[in-house]
Amino acid sequence: YISNLQFLSMKIKPEKQYVGFATLPNQVHRKSVKKGFDFTLMVAGESGMGKSTLVNSLFLTDLYKDRKLLNAEERINQTVEIIKHTVDIEEKGVKLKLTIVDTPGFGDAVNNNECWKPITDYIDQQFEQYFRDESGLNRKNIQDNRVHCCLYFIPPFGHGLRPVDVEFMKALHEKVNIIPLIAKADCLTPNEIKKLKDRIREEIDKFGIKVYQFPECDSDEDEEFKQLDKELKECTPFAVIGSNTVVEARGQRVRGRLYPWGIVEVENQSHCDFVKLRNMLIRSHMHDLKDVTCDVHYENYRAQCIQEMTSKLAQDNRMESPIPILPLSTPDVDTEKLIKMKDEEVCKDVI
Amino acid sequence: LYILFCGGSTLLGYIGIDTIIEQMRKKTMKTGFEFNIMVVGHSGLGKSTLVNTLFKSQVSRKSAGWARDEKIPKTVEIKSVSHVIEEGGVKMKLTVVDTPGFGDQINNDNCWEPISKYINEQFEKFLKEEVNITRKKRIPDTRVHCCIYFISPTGHTLRQLDMEFMKRLSHSVNIIPVIAKADTMTIEERQEFKQRVRKELEMSGIEFYPQKEFDDDMEDKSDNDKIRETMPFAVVGSDKEYQVNNKRVLGRKTAWGIVEVENPNHCEFAQLRDFLIRSHLQDLKEVTHNIHYETYRAKRLNDNGGLHPISTNGTHDSNL
Repeated sequence: YISNLQFLSMKIKPEKQYVGFATLPNQVHRKSVKKGFDFTLMVAGESGMGKSTLVNSLFLTDLYKDRKLLNAEERINQTVEIIKHTVDIEEKGVKLKLTIVDTPGFGDAVNNNECWKPITDYIDQQFEQYFRDESGLNRKNIQDNRVHCCLYFIPPFGHGLRPVDVEFMKALHEKVNIIPLIAKADCLTPNEIKKLKDRIREEIDKFGIKVYQFPECDSDEDEEFKQLDKELKECTPFAVIGSNTVVEARGQRVRGRLYPWGIVEVENQSHCDFVKLRNMLIRSHMHDLKDVTCDVHYENYRAQCIQEMTSKLAQDNRMESPIPILPLSTPDVDTEKLIKMKDEEVCKDVI
Repeated sequence: LYILFCGGSTLLGYIGIDTIIEQMRKKTMKTGFEFNIMVVGHSGLGKSTLVNTLFKSQVSRKSAGWARDEKIPKTVEIKSVSHVIEEGGVKMKLTVVDTPGFGDQINNDNCWEPISKYINEQFEKFLKEEVNITRKKRIPDTRVHCCIYFISPTGHTLRQLDMEFMKRLSHSVNIIPVIAKADTMTIEERQEFKQRVRKELEMSGIEFYPQKEFDDDMEDKSDNDKIRETMPFAVVGSDKEYQVNNKRVLGRKTAWGIVEVENPNHCEFAQLRDFLIRSHLQDLKEVTHNIHYETYRAKRLNDNGGLHPISTNGTHDSNL
């Protein structure tokens, strides 16, 4: 048997001793394409910020066709709801199951105290569900409903972040990747956009809000890529415009908005940052958004959960638990180590 | 000789009654006008810019040298700034009352109360003067003649705070709602939004100025109907000038064109200005004096079972 193997490997061995596992990425790719991808995107912000329009523009869909707008009287007792829309998109053989999580009612009331609670609860629930599934017996078909990214729409009318913006982002920045956007940017002049972006970046720093950070460029990337990456980072928060209508501009039919004084083209980079957002969200960082969700936000949740459970166990002295607790000499010490490790990871990834 | 036939009788000679109009005009020009305008809306809707654009002067609080507020105040503040502006020999003392902090907090419950209180305080001041035994020749009028309410251009519907504010204050002050920063909406979106807003206001029984019940006659009604059907005016304000077709115009320059503030095809600023200043300024004052003030006065009298004139020797032991 052994001699047969030797014979085989000697036969296959070309001059360069090529083993062949360099094809692994292709194999992974093929399997992924077969399996398909999923992505859960949350949109949050007050009514009328153009969230639905932007989602339709990003994914070239019409998810909100039959939506009925409530009037002010009807909305008086409305609380913040969580509504999911799922759509299957296929492009060049690659399938994406896209879930949009909408948050109607956020920030619309007179008293918006804690209006983000239904949203943080929802995110936690998805984590909890995944945690249970992960610890369960049948793990073949785990559904990942965790929120991978939250687009937060900041009104362009203000002078920076409002109290509700700060509170919302602080309540969510350790649970989900937040990407703040300046909504309806077509009402701002280029100068005003720059001032607003500077102001918002300043305030994000000042209030210690941890928004999603683009990962650092690999040092072996070429200069052009690095330059583009730098420009992208300096452009945040992205000032976006969306449109459900097609207009004629410069001899082409494009998504845009027709005003008496001119035509705004959604995909024109000198008009707004829509293209940058789309490229970043879909074409380059979709995978990283999922990774950070899994490796950082979810792990934080999980570590917290475990700590709570083990401290509760120590109090209750019960042996029932969904997770098999290994015989730990001092459970608290080990859990603390785990948490410390995760904290360091978070600090490393989030700076 | 100049013969006048008047109802059968004959007047010989020209009396000159018609010159009274000219006399009034001269007097009014000498004394000048007072006009008090309040602006309400949450931060960033362009209130100061609009007021400056309306009166073509730097009359807002922000221009009066007050430092641009870095922090949103925790409660609604009332800040008023007065300027005397002159045009064609007519002097106007314009007071702009700003309400920073309105609608900016997370919890905006009752944020309209400081505003309501301010309006009533001005009525009270006027009432006290009126009731004095020795009254001033001209009672200084600080009553709010007009309140411009800035609606956020969401394109959906009115926000709850908008409804609450207008519901509560439309009976003490003339409210003129405007859609702020209207360059964020296409013409179509604007029309739909306006229709929805008007419908919502109608369904809730909220009457903005010019109120239907105060139309004096058919001519008034017809003029005002036209205005009511166009309101709320979709406005854009600017203090910057640009060259368009060899003219200097006030506008906003974007990457896709220049929004001209006074171009009726772009926005309704010119209509608002004409309505507010050129045709209805005096009416706004009259409705404030004859209706809103009288309502306040009547309520005060009823509450106190009668009114006794008070002496002005410093002891304001009024039974008001």
